[in-house]
Amino acid sequence: MHEQTILALAEDLRARRYSSVELTRHYLERIARLNPDLNAFITVAAEPALAAAGRADAALAAGTAEPLTGIPIAHKDIFCTRGLRTSCGSRMLDTFIAPYDATVVERLATAGAVVLGKTNMDEFAMGSSNETSWYGPVRNPWDHTRVPGGSSGGSAAAIAARLCAAATGTDTGGSIRQPAALCGITGIKPTYGRCSRWGMIAFASSLDQAGPMARSAADAALLLQAMAGFDPRDSTSIDTPVPDYTAGLNQDLAGLRIGLPKEYFGDGLDARTAASIDGAIREYEQLGARVSEISLPNSPLSVPVYYVVAPAECSSNLARFDGVRYGHRCQSPADLEDLYQRSRAEGFGPEVQRRIMIGTYVLSAGYYDAYYLKAQKIRHLIADDFKRAFTRVDVIMGPSSPTTAFPIGAKRDDPVAMYLSDIYTIAANLAGLPGMSIPVAPVDGLPVGLQIIGNYFEEGRLLNVAHRLQQETHWHCAVPTGCA
Amino acid sequence: MQWETVIGLEIHTQLATQSKIFSGAPTRFGAEPNTQACAIDLGLPGVLPVLNAEAVRLAVRFGKAISAEVAERSVFARKNYFYPDLPKGYQISQYEFPIVGEGRVEIVLDDGTVKEIGVTRAHLEEDAGKSLHEDFHGLTGIDLNRAGTPLLEIVSEPDMRSPQEAVAYARKVHQIVRWIGISDGNMQEGSFRVDANVSVRPLGTATFGTRAEIKNINSFRFLERAIQFEVERQIDLLEAGGRVVQETRLYDPDRDETRTMRTKEEANDYRYFPDPDLLPVEVDAALIAAATTDLPELPDAMRERFREDYGIGEYDANLLTASRDLAGYFETVARTSAAPKLAANWISGELAAALNKAGLEITASPVTASQLAGMIQRITDGTISGKIAKQVFESLWNGGGDADTVIATQGLRQITDTGAIETLIDTIIAANPGQVEQYRAGKDKVFGFFVGQVMKQSQGKANPQQVNDLLKQKLAGG
Repeated sequence: MHEQTILALAEDLRARRYSSVELTRHYLERIARLNPDLNAFITVAAEPALAAAGRADAALAAGTAEPLTGIPIAHKDIFCTRGLRTSCGSRMLDTFIAPYDATVVERLATAGAVVLGKTNMDEFAMGSSNETSWYGPVRNPWDHTRVPGGSSGGSAAAIAARLCAAATGTDTGGSIRQPAALCGITGIKPTYGRCSRWGMIAFASSLDQAGPMARSAADAALLLQAMAGFDPRDSTSIDTPVPDYTAGLNQDLAGLRIGLPKEYFGDGLDARTAASIDGAIREYEQLGARVSEISLPNSPLSVPVYYVVAPAECSSNLARFDGVRYGHRCQSPADLEDLYQRSRAEGFGPEVQRRIMIGTYVLSAGYYDAYYLKAQKIRHLIADDFKRAFTRVDVIMGPSSPTTAFPIGAKRDDPVAMYLSDIYTIAANLAGLPGMSIPVAPVDGLPVGLQIIGNYFEEGRLLNVAHRLQQETHWHCAVPTGCA
Repeated sequence: MQWETVIGLEIHTQLATQSKIFSGAPTRFGAEPNTQACAIDLGLPGVLPVLNAEAVRLAVRFGKAISAEVAERSVFARKNYFYPDLPKGYQISQYEFPIVGEGRVEIVLDDGTVKEIGVTRAHLEEDAGKSLHEDFHGLTGIDLNRAGTPLLEIVSEPDMRSPQEAVAYARKVHQIVRWIGISDGNMQEGSFRVDANVSVRPLGTATFGTRAEIKNINSFRFLERAIQFEVERQIDLLEAGGRVVQETRLYDPDRDETRTMRTKEEANDYRYFPDPDLLPVEVDAALIAAATTDLPELPDAMRERFREDYGIGEYDANLLTASRDLAGYFETVARTSAAPKLAANWISGELAAALNKAGLEITASPVTASQLAGMIQRITDGTISGKIAKQVFESLWNGGGDADTVIATQGLRQITDTGAIETLIDTIIAANPGQVEQYRAGKDKVFGFFVGQVMKQSQGKANPQQVNDLLKQKLAGG
């Protein structure tokens, strides 16, 4: 069962070849067997999952099933789930149980999905390797000595290892696309404002965006269909109609204009990764696409701009974790100052603390103009680069990550090297554009991701472009050894 | 040395919305702690603010009421600092781009002159919760009912030159916010709180002295005393060769003094930046129209109209427009009685004193506007004298019915029958030959004695003018 895509599972469930309870139990058994080593899940919710599967079976029997009814998925532990712990990968929220569901969680539940549990992640989504999690690193199913990428590393690993049919992720600077690339799965970060941020624990509010992670573009389309749409509880969610993503999957790509930014293929890109990307581009040419080189001249500024804007917002967003109302509180505080200092020093790991410090610094009197304000200006320039590019091309392609999955521990003590893992993904967040990663030819048995960036609200086109390649190639069907 | 006081005020007024500025929780005062705080007010992870449109409408209404520019686009910013009753670790406020720009407010000074005080800006923000230090045995309780309550912070220019001017300005703003219905202005419940920036400088200097900010004053009396104390403290300090330190101070009403709360060095760096969770607020012509269509005649306009239409002085006109209810009461009395000046005198004199003594608002006055008007009509038509009217007023106050009933039942009708008054005068002249002689010998003062006697004998009811005329005649003629 676990080798099936959602489309196939849904068909089997409707045909009553097996029940959702059986399917859910099957996935729970796989999690019990494989997760202790992979550490992709922080919390497994077996009982609620089986109860939901029971309800799904009833709906299937009654003929009231939705497209995702009975499909077992997982949520990144950044989405609040009513009654089920939401840790955000942090000791700070180790005991936190939200009294509400995130909009994305609510919508997927309405669409009938069964939630197996909450997946591991970098603490507060700050990291590119899943090593900053309070619950320990996630192992890449393709090579257990390597990282799965981050911050949605648990979701990516869980899908790659077939521990769930699909999962949710969030992407602030590449946190869906980079782990999707490193784990050989399909992930899409929608346009900023496409999915509601209500109930999604904020890292950097102007960059955070939820999206689906799945085994194929077609599966991702099904999930995004349920997740996307306006939400009055999120002032930044955008009220524009959600197209039928599945209906648009098979459009012909003849005449598709693909732009390859020269800045994405320069120094720092692993030569064999580059070759793999080139192979995929040639496939697109076979499908009738026209390829041209473009320039995104401000790209080199993406990483520095991101590491001003994101920490600035996080330093403020994480101020609520003060040990006063909920979350970690230090033992016997001497006074208020002590309560704040020790609760936060104990509750947050080193990477989160580092970013809070950077953010506090760049917003401080006397530094605001030089850092935050300047970064915001450059952010506009970066968005303008894309605006110009999209007058000439329909989609932009390049690598999702400069290298394949690196060994656990390799960059742990070098934050800047770690930050550069997201060098190709960050710009889409700064501009608010949708971006996607799909698996292409692996290098030394390790997955490589092709990144596809589209214009605002062109998720449908990205899914179409990805789906057409996945019909012609089988890179997305590869399964890690031991997970078959 | 002659010193000049310079004062600017920051007034926080709670907007009269049903729900909070960024959540749907109610804003009612006095509920059990933490029963009016939802997930958003508690700052739980993952929650997001959504702006209350009514708060924007009320802010726009205020802007228009003080002839200020209302910004087409204003921006919410985060003011970051840690405090236990600040759930998110930041307050959502407006910083660089407030919703209301420069405006002005007129105050009337004691001598009746009008002074204009500039309003720099007014911006929307959320209130914090409350820390409760009592009843927790060394711990602090947090009540977040008030967290997220909408506030309009109204910032003045440093245009006031005395504690009295500051109070007049604060009262004026208080008057306006209640007048246009954007706030209940209840000071006991914290719906209207004042911070005063106070400095002194040698008279005639152009630059400002170093200021101290006195925080959270919640009564006009305390405002005057706090500033008075602070001014004296600063002058004493400067005259002793010291210097004023820029700091935040608190006024202690029990000791009638201000004390250091925190110095500039200890002040927070609030690290303001635009709140990425909220879009800029866009106010268009339609919104302005919707917020102002039912805007009533404003107090300044009404004050000037009272002066012109009713011929009353600036000072009285100012007093009578202290609230819409009082102004309405006055207009009813003035129109019904057709004697606006008398109406003004009675309302700002006798009635105001009685209400004040009884601790009543004009809306709860035992003497209705029509009763007072009825009494004034009896003064103007000569039925009663001004003196007797005080007696009638007292009866009206005590529920004696309308003026005519009181006059009839108590027999207070003025004696205007010349014959009756003459009879009285004759009797009195006959009984006091000595005084008559003195008067005729040129001692004019004795005239008063005769008036007094006549009024006494008539129990105050004789028409004073007639008494005067007849007495003069009789005493002269013999």
